Amino acid sequence: MFKGSADNKIEAAMSELVPEPRQKPAVPMKPVGINSNLLGYIGIDTIIEQMRKKTMKTGFDFNIMVVGQSGLGKSTLVNTLFKSQVSRKSSGWNREEKIPKTVEIKAIGHVIEEGGVKMKLTVIDTPGFGDQINNENCWEPIEKYINEQYEKFLKEEVNIARKKRIPDTRVHCCLYFISPTGHSLRPLDLEFMKHLSKVVNIIPVIAKADTMTLEEKTEFKQRVRKELEVNGIEFYPQKEFDEDLEDKTENDKIRQESMPFAVVGSDKEYQVNGKRILGRKTPWGVIEVENLNHCEFALLRDFVIRTHLQDLKEVTHNIHYETYRAKRLNDNGGLPPVTAETEENHESNL
Amino acid sequence: MAVAVERPANDELRNLSLSGHVGFDSLPDQLVNKSTSQGFCFNILCVGETGIGKSTLMDTLFNTKFESDPATHNEPGVRLKARSYELQESNVRLKLTIVDTVGFGDQINKDDSYKPIVEYIDTQFEAYLQEELKIKRSLFNYHDTRIHACLYFIAPTGHSLKSLDLVTMKKLDSKVNIIPIIAKADTIAKNELHKFKSKIMSELVSNGVQIYQFPTDEETVAEINATMSVHLPFAVVGSTEEVKIGNKMSKARQYPWGVVQVENENHCDFVKLREMLIRVNMEDLREQTHTRHYELYRRCKLEEMGFKDTDPDSKPFSLQETYEAKRNEFLGELQKKEEEMRQMFVMRVKEKEAELKEAEKDLHEKFDHLKRTHQEEKKKVDDKKKELEEELSNFQKKKAAAQLLQSQAQQAGSQQTKKDKDKKNASFT
Repeated sequence: MFKGSADNKIEAAMSELVPEPRQKPAVPMKPVGINSNLLGYIGIDTIIEQMRKKTMKTGFDFNIMVVGQSGLGKSTLVNTLFKSQVSRKSSGWNREEKIPKTVEIKAIGHVIEEGGVKMKLTVIDTPGFGDQINNENCWEPIEKYINEQYEKFLKEEVNIARKKRIPDTRVHCCLYFISPTGHSLRPLDLEFMKHLSKVVNIIPVIAKADTMTLEEKTEFKQRVRKELEVNGIEFYPQKEFDEDLEDKTENDKIRQESMPFAVVGSDKEYQVNGKRILGRKTPWGVIEVENLNHCEFALLRDFVIRTHLQDLKEVTHNIHYETYRAKRLNDNGGLPPVTAETEENHESNL
Repeated sequence: MAVAVERPANDELRNLSLSGHVGFDSLPDQLVNKSTSQGFCFNILCVGETGIGKSTLMDTLFNTKFESDPATHNEPGVRLKARSYELQESNVRLKLTIVDTVGFGDQINKDDSYKPIVEYIDTQFEAYLQEELKIKRSLFNYHDTRIHACLYFIAPTGHSLKSLDLVTMKKLDSKVNIIPIIAKADTIAKNELHKFKSKIMSELVSNGVQIYQFPTDEETVAEINATMSVHLPFAVVGSTEEVKIGNKMSKARQYPWGVVQVENENHCDFVKLREMLIRVNMEDLREQTHTRHYELYRRCKLEEMGFKDTDPDSKPFSLQETYEAKRNEFLGELQKKEEEMRQMFVMRVKEKEAELKEAEKDLHEKFDHLKRTHQEEKKKVDDKKKELEEELSNFQKKKAAAQLLQSQAQQAGSQQTKKDKDKKNASFT
């Protein structure tokens, strides 16, 4: 139901809006849920269908970033997630190919369509992360890139003549690949996540999870969760952004039990029990990627794509972007906040 | 650290085919679910003369009895009355706000009738703009009060539009989506209605009034929107009373000569209006308000304040830089004014000082003058005194001399007499 603040806003808005020459008592709002007064079908609920049609026509943007040391299977995982060659794999280090001296940011966009829904997917790869001998501050180029996208969006938003649809290049989701050591997080992992969890939605995943047994996996996950908590790292879905009880219980379960997802990626298909499934073939068996008993890929896929895709975008827009914007405007002594003192300067108060 | 960003241009985006079900086709559902939980806002403005049937039509459209007392015809001016309601149908919650123009068309002088309406619409845009420009803002749960649709009620005269109607609609067409409707359409006969509608539409076109165009760009709604557009302006009849027709109770108006059924498409266009306004284009109305009318308002407002878009590759944050410049300009002006005031104050003080000095000098002069006069007088008096003294002393001298003479004379006389006596005596001897 509408929260109390919304009611107050409406009442306040109502009394402000009416320039009454005579004192007339404000007509109270009808209480919620007066269905008995609706004597027939109006058609308000068609707005859902109208909205759906509109959004399908305009299409969606989604920008996902993958961060992790080379060889952890980032590209394979992304390809498995989106069931297509969205990311070019670096097929091992040829002697001709040099290891990048610095962290590079490579953004590649594709348009994919499913069920009438068109999505412009951009995968942002970060080759060179954590691959140097000295990895100090290697998250800086990444943070810079993320902030640059916010800046781009802000510039467009602030224009006088704005585009109808501002192109969204902001990073909605950052998959951070944790090496399956079985011990604990590396200092680099902690540093990266500490810095970046404040500017972007981070989803930590344990890569190449087929190197751990079930017990090792559970223990490792527990240890990682504990370490993240101890270090004050809020990964997505952040506790503070749970909107209602329903969200909270659902997200709590994910946060405390499933995450970080221990995944295995593959784009090769094999025959198992007469079905063609994605998997990895080893001498001791076939690891089925989409089998929940084998790894948690399906959970990650459902989480990121089927249930929380829109939410990832919204948290990025409503929270991370707004934080960036507020900081930017404050730092440069820009548009002053609407306070009592600035209300005197009517010219400068927009 | 050098960062190489590879980003192909938009036209290089490849279309990829998926080799399996990914699942993002649930995205529209995810989006819609979010919106549903927040609820929707819809704001309708009803513009029309008193008694033309605005409240009744709203009641009929939304199937509820919205509380309201009918307005009198004695309003001194046009004022807008906004009332909000919450309606719910299945899982959709709608925050509906109906804004009424009270007193429209009642005054003798209607020159300014449109002004409160335009002001109201602008105020709502302004409120949204303010929120958008705040540093710490919360747009996602902002209660949108901007008017999404304006139903303009045309009186069923059968002739043409009143000039008040034309003027008002012209003022509103760039600020709000106008849907013109003919009210109390049961007073017009069928054949006259057709002529009336064409007359109105041609008048609107010839006067350049831009009414809301039902969108025809999307296949699913293009057809229905196109067919409905032909019937504009919709001739509607409103009624909340129910009459038994056949074996059903339906909304109608009962006359001695027959029953006008509100939901019968042969009798009036009410169903078309409801279809267009609510069931097909509600979302488009909201979108147009936000992307067209609001953007226009915002652009005009910001340009009015002196902001300009700089070239795309020059300064990064045009609004803020321009703002800074303006702010400095303003502060500079403030300083200048302060300086002026200070200088004026100093000048005034100087003047006053000079005045006072003058006065002082005057006083001194007077004093001197007085002193001099006094001295002169004194001198005169002294002189006189001296004279007098001289006279006195002269007199005294004379007196003394005279007395001496007298005494001498006396002495001499006595001596003489003595001598005489002696002589006499001697003579006698």
